[in-house]
Amino acid sequence: MTGYAVRRLLGAIPTMFVIITLAFFMMRAAPGGPFDSERRLPPEIERNLKAAYDLDKPLLQQYAIYLGKAVQGDFGPSFKNKDFTVAELIATGLPVSARLGLWAMGLALLIGTALGIWAALRQNHWQDYSVMTVAMLGITIPTFVTAPLLTLAFGIYGITLLGQEFSLPVGGWNGGAWRNMVLPVAVLALPQIAIIARLMRGAMVEVLQANYIRTARAKGLGAGRIVLSHALRAAALPLVSYLGPALAAVVTGSLVVEQIFGLPGIGRYFVQGALNRDYTLVMGVVICYASLIIVLNFLADMAYAILDPRVRLK
Amino acid sequence: MSALLEITDLNVHFATPDGDVHAVKNASLTIRESECLGIVGESGSGKSQLFLAAFGLLAGNGRAHGSVKYRGTEILGAPASQLNVLRGSAVTMIFQDPLTSLTPHMTVGAQIMEGLMLHRRVAREEAQKRAREMLDYVRIPESARRMRQYPHELSGGMRQRVMIAMATITGPDLIIADEPTTALDVTVQAQILEILRSLKNDRKTAIALVSHDMGVIAGLADRVQVMRYGEIVESGAVDEVFYAPRHDYTRMLLDALAKAGETPAPVTAVGAPLLTVEELQVSFPVKDKGLFGKTRTLRAVDGISFTLHQGETLGVVGESGCGKSTLARAVLQLLPKTGGRVVWLGRDLDSATQSDIRKLRQDFQIVFQDPLASLNPRMPVGVSIAEPLKALEPHLSRDTVRARVRAIMQRVGLDPAWINRYPYELSGGQNQRVGLARAMIVGPQMLVCDEAVSALDVSIQAQIVALIRDLQAETGLALIFISHDLSVVRRLSHRVMVLYLGRVVEMAPSDALYADPRHPYTRALLSAVLTPDPRAERMRKRELLTGDLPSPLDPRAQLSFLKSKLDQPGYRPQLIEVGPGHLVAEHDDVQTA
Repeated sequence: MTGYAVRRLLGAIPTMFVIITLAFFMMRAAPGGPFDSERRLPPEIERNLKAAYDLDKPLLQQYAIYLGKAVQGDFGPSFKNKDFTVAELIATGLPVSARLGLWAMGLALLIGTALGIWAALRQNHWQDYSVMTVAMLGITIPTFVTAPLLTLAFGIYGITLLGQEFSLPVGGWNGGAWRNMVLPVAVLALPQIAIIARLMRGAMVEVLQANYIRTARAKGLGAGRIVLSHALRAAALPLVSYLGPALAAVVTGSLVVEQIFGLPGIGRYFVQGALNRDYTLVMGVVICYASLIIVLNFLADMAYAILDPRVRLK
Repeated sequence: MSALLEITDLNVHFATPDGDVHAVKNASLTIRESECLGIVGESGSGKSQLFLAAFGLLAGNGRAHGSVKYRGTEILGAPASQLNVLRGSAVTMIFQDPLTSLTPHMTVGAQIMEGLMLHRRVAREEAQKRAREMLDYVRIPESARRMRQYPHELSGGMRQRVMIAMATITGPDLIIADEPTTALDVTVQAQILEILRSLKNDRKTAIALVSHDMGVIAGLADRVQVMRYGEIVESGAVDEVFYAPRHDYTRMLLDALAKAGETPAPVTAVGAPLLTVEELQVSFPVKDKGLFGKTRTLRAVDGISFTLHQGETLGVVGESGCGKSTLARAVLQLLPKTGGRVVWLGRDLDSATQSDIRKLRQDFQIVFQDPLASLNPRMPVGVSIAEPLKALEPHLSRDTVRARVRAIMQRVGLDPAWINRYPYELSGGQNQRVGLARAMIVGPQMLVCDEAVSALDVSIQAQIVALIRDLQAETGLALIFISHDLSVVRRLSHRVMVLYLGRVVEMAPSDALYADPRHPYTRALLSAVLTPDPRAERMRKRELLTGDLPSPLDPRAQLSFLKSKLDQPGYRPQLIEVGPGHLVAEHDDVQTA
């Protein structure tokens, strides 16, 4: 297992290299540049700016300079967010996005698996059909619809439950106060709950038909015990494969959710950086996302091997 | 003796997309304390569903009605809470296919202890101790280490012993054993039946023994019931049913087995050999666990030589892992060999190019074990049958191909009108006929049957064996017939080769081998073969091999029967001729019990 881990992590180095290279040249191949705007800069200012950011050097040399600095952890200054380095932008934005994302994923896992198992145990009964219908809605309704709806319900009108009026802030981070997190976490979690519930139901229905479940029933075990000790581990396998990439996507933030709720995460940098040709920022978020994907996929594979003893990692 | 289980007029229905299936029809039976009731029937006879229904274990689309009484209490349709007091405690079950019937991600120990801790409220340490004792009882060595292993780390025979341990540990009154030895090697089957016998005799446990194999039932059952299409067609004491069967179906089942004594017509044409195999070797690299695991060599086929003449059948027998399928595939150039020579009609196939071998495939064809799995599910059977012909004789017109497909389908007993049917629409036997048609359509000179009838019911098996014999008589086909079933091999083979861990331990003309087996392994294999003769089965003393087959990776494994040479680790037992064409590998003398 340790040998496998070492090999996997060493194998990540060439992968990262390829990703950085591809991202660098694709970004440069896009028309325009960071200092193009409607108002043209005087030529000498533009020349000075480019010189300051090494943009006047040949492309290959720029690539070498970037790579050399990136290896040392220096991702350069942001071209558009003056006075900030890319590392600083990510260091302030990522914790916000990650905190929202982790809460959302944790919530989704809890509710999604529970709903999925329940639907599987009531397969082809009304409980199953209603969970699956709601889940389908959760997947199909986009976040830019659910976010304003929840904002209206809980933020603008306020909802009265048990004689108490609930009202939540409709935006802002406020240092990460829980009241500010409720709505964005809910919006992020809803589609994940839906996907996880569907995955869980599908896997569980299949596992419950396995011969060893029949053996467990023949042993006189109750339904709860059968699900927990005989079925759940096998049924969790598809979920584990999904969770790796899904978690990477959720913790790196969502442009839509950050814009609607005015949150200082890094989701917006993916889009803004690309539109502004903010080369270094784009490279920074790409490296951040790629490393997360690599690490989480690795963890998912490890989890897979722990859940299923037949899997031997080589 | 009082009735333990009393089933009266039990009916089982399944709601399927094709409509209602009436799987069990008005079945009634009684099992008394400490007696063994054998239930015989072929696949689809409803014999398993009968017991699953009785204890509320039917699949979701199944419904049962009638009456099931356990010690006088009605349990059919009882709530799970009531059934769970009974299931796994007083009544336990052993299922077929222990690999899929054990939870893959739980250790063997945890699965054995689970029932005990739940039903008998035993503390963990005590349960552990009792589970280890149980593993000793079912003769699993190194019980402490086995407890921590997962099912996939054990051999098939050991997994089935784990199932038995699991079913026995709570001290049940009744064990339902559903095809407990199916798919196990004959010697392992004999060991498992021995354990069941001791449960019945020493622990006074009643057993419901469900099997398609009359031989399994013969030695163990006190009474027998025969099922067909969901109905119990005959029931009675074991001797009555076996020696004086009243129903035609019972007679047919017994006849199918009695034919085991038949031998094939002698070979007429003797000329130059069709196929000569010399010192054939096939090895695979196997990597050990861990970061710096060594790569060792698994010698799957370790120096096998034989010849095959036109019209002759060579039977190849041996247990799982002995290299019989690897041998077949290497001979047919479907696997690369590591050493030795394969000579086809005087031509060394080493000198043949890939395209030469493609052309030669017209001469040698193969039929595989699982007929459904080895046919492409998305191709109509007619297309599957036509494919080799189109590949090997591309100049043929569509009409000619179609005509030849129809002709060969007719020949193997398939209705040519089924040309556009898909494999799933046909039965196992019909699919195996498709497999035969596919192999025979190019007019081969040699056919390899790799466990070709092993997955079929006995009555179907007899039909396919007869078909193969007819085809051989008509075309002078040479056959390599591979099977773990010694009685089927006998019906077809002129000569038989017994393999043990990739080497020949005995090769002889069929009659000589069955009448006068010399090697202790051959003798153990033959003594493990069951016969549908209850008196003989009860009397018989078996030469049981103890434990499992040694690992083929163990360099000393080859010397299992020649322990006196263990001080020479690389030594290979040599073949010695003891009679005309009768070769036996060197072995030590063994005392037979």
